[in-house]
Amino acid sequence: MAKPKEKYKVPVLDGNINIPRIVPGASAYEHMIEAQKDDMEALGFPSKLQDGWKEKAIGVFKEILDNNKALRDYMDICVRCGACTDKCQFFLGTSDPNNMPVQRQELMRKVYRYYFTPAGFFKNLSNSQELTEEVLKDWFTYFYQCSECRRCSLYCPYGIDTAEVTMAARQIMDSIGLGQKYATEVIHKVFKTGNNIGIPAPALRNTLDDLEEEIKDETGKDVKIPMDVEGVDVLLVPPSADFFAMPHMESLKGYAKVFHKAGISYTVSSYASEAGNFGMFLGSYKNMKEINKRIWDEARRLKVKRVIVGECGHAWRAAYQYSNTMNGPFDFLDSKYKSPTHICDFTLDLINKGAIRLDKSANDDKVVTFHDSCNVARGSRMGDYRGGQFEIPRQLIKAAANHFVELREGTTRESTFCCGAGGGLLTEEVMNIRIAGSMPRMQTVKEAVDNHKVNFYALICAICKTQFSKIFPTYGFDAEMVGGIHQLVSNAIIL
Amino acid sequence: MPSFEFNGKTIETDDEGYLQNLDNWNKEIAGYLAKTEGVTLTEKHWQLIEWIRAYFQQFQVAPAIKSLVKEIGKLENIQDKKEANKFLYDLFPEGPAKQLAKIAGLPKPTGCV
Repeated sequence: MAKPKEKYKVPVLDGNINIPRIVPGASAYEHMIEAQKDDMEALGFPSKLQDGWKEKAIGVFKEILDNNKALRDYMDICVRCGACTDKCQFFLGTSDPNNMPVQRQELMRKVYRYYFTPAGFFKNLSNSQELTEEVLKDWFTYFYQCSECRRCSLYCPYGIDTAEVTMAARQIMDSIGLGQKYATEVIHKVFKTGNNIGIPAPALRNTLDDLEEEIKDETGKDVKIPMDVEGVDVLLVPPSADFFAMPHMESLKGYAKVFHKAGISYTVSSYASEAGNFGMFLGSYKNMKEINKRIWDEARRLKVKRVIVGECGHAWRAAYQYSNTMNGPFDFLDSKYKSPTHICDFTLDLINKGAIRLDKSANDDKVVTFHDSCNVARGSRMGDYRGGQFEIPRQLIKAAANHFVELREGTTRESTFCCGAGGGLLTEEVMNIRIAGSMPRMQTVKEAVDNHKVNFYALICAICKTQFSKIFPTYGFDAEMVGGIHQLVSNAIIL
Repeated sequence: MPSFEFNGKTIETDDEGYLQNLDNWNKEIAGYLAKTEGVTLTEKHWQLIEWIRAYFQQFQVAPAIKSLVKEIGKLENIQDKKEANKFLYDLFPEGPAKQLAKIAGLPKPTGCV
């Protein structure tokens, strides 16, 4: 397994999540690689900072404030009570005060006060600040050390959605030509190939063929993964990592087996081969809408009855919360079904109806725990009832495995910690931030391993899966522990 | 644009050291890139480098990790997938998808991988 590079700073796990003594500038050294020219242009942004960037930035800031009443409120109503300070995994992990949510937002609020409030004129009194290159540098550093996970928002007595503040800051930066390479490159690839990885149709088909062969080898059954088939019931849209990475592909096998056994016709699409939507990470409505549109255009073209989304956290939020207003209405779909439906909701329903059966003993070698992904837990819902996003995945795990334990109370469900790499942070240049940001969660993982012998860490998010596969070995845990819920389903389903 | 000097020629890379122009790749440069990754190339590495380059030429994208595991299983005659996976990680400790792509002169895999 991968050994941690020496340059990585890996916290020692003692089971405690302590509030650190602050160290100003502690994580200022690590920041994103700036976006490439052609990616920025493809997304409709200037390729780099140009003369007059400051005026333009303030203009865009004003535009957002005028169009988004919530953001103006978020700028005005914070009373600095401090309830958010110790809720952010990036502050807990880095000790950098600019990673306290209130302080991170202050980087933006002080600029807001300078330009948009009467008191801003009295700089010292109102602690306002002109937008300078120095301030912009801080924005680029710290608004990319936030994963938009909204854990702090949960504890904010005023209900300030801090992720919206981060998104607005990123939107302003993008609009003046200061972008992040990772997310912009990914979005450009979606426009070119339909998915974040850049898998063209023939390569996708080849991969699916390999997977079908593998399932045949393992089970003796002809489980098909159809692509671009018209007139089937379901368009399945997984995150593209399910077509490429491990352990993600094990969940794709699980989905395929569920459709096969339930006898429900479905297809994946080479045009809409991505559930993920990095437009949301940038706070770019235009790009988010365009990425989202591919799914519904394809649902129309393929004349399906319903759309099902695979295991991906922010993809689920983007599809569930925004699809209808961005690209609806979906009156061409069968109104019997929720569109979109989460794959966990779909599979659990089939189990409850008796349409598929699982042999739990297939996972008897595992003690399973579940990590709630932030965008599912705090950004969306699942099923028909309040809290369905918490109950459905757990019920599905319990239907597939005999041994299940919860992670530490206060770090699950709506209080879950981020994996440390959401919101566009899943890139190597900020590996120390990712390691630091995962520290609170890893403390609870250590506890679960020590006390309950947990050896399977179940997830429903592509970013979480990749992050933990990378992070577990740096903390001394086996990457093989990391997997998807449908990986458990795949093991247990009776074909 | 970042670059490095190699045999008197300037080779451009992206910010993370992946070759900008795939045609600039040759075996000597692969050796150089491997060194920057702390990987010492053996016959086993070369087999995979050649295989992944051929795959890329055909499909314009790197193969899925599973396909890599399958290929190394075939090459090394390892039946057990976990063992094959471990073998692959021993060859490319920082992650086969990215390290192998870099050494083989391919672009960095993007997305949630």
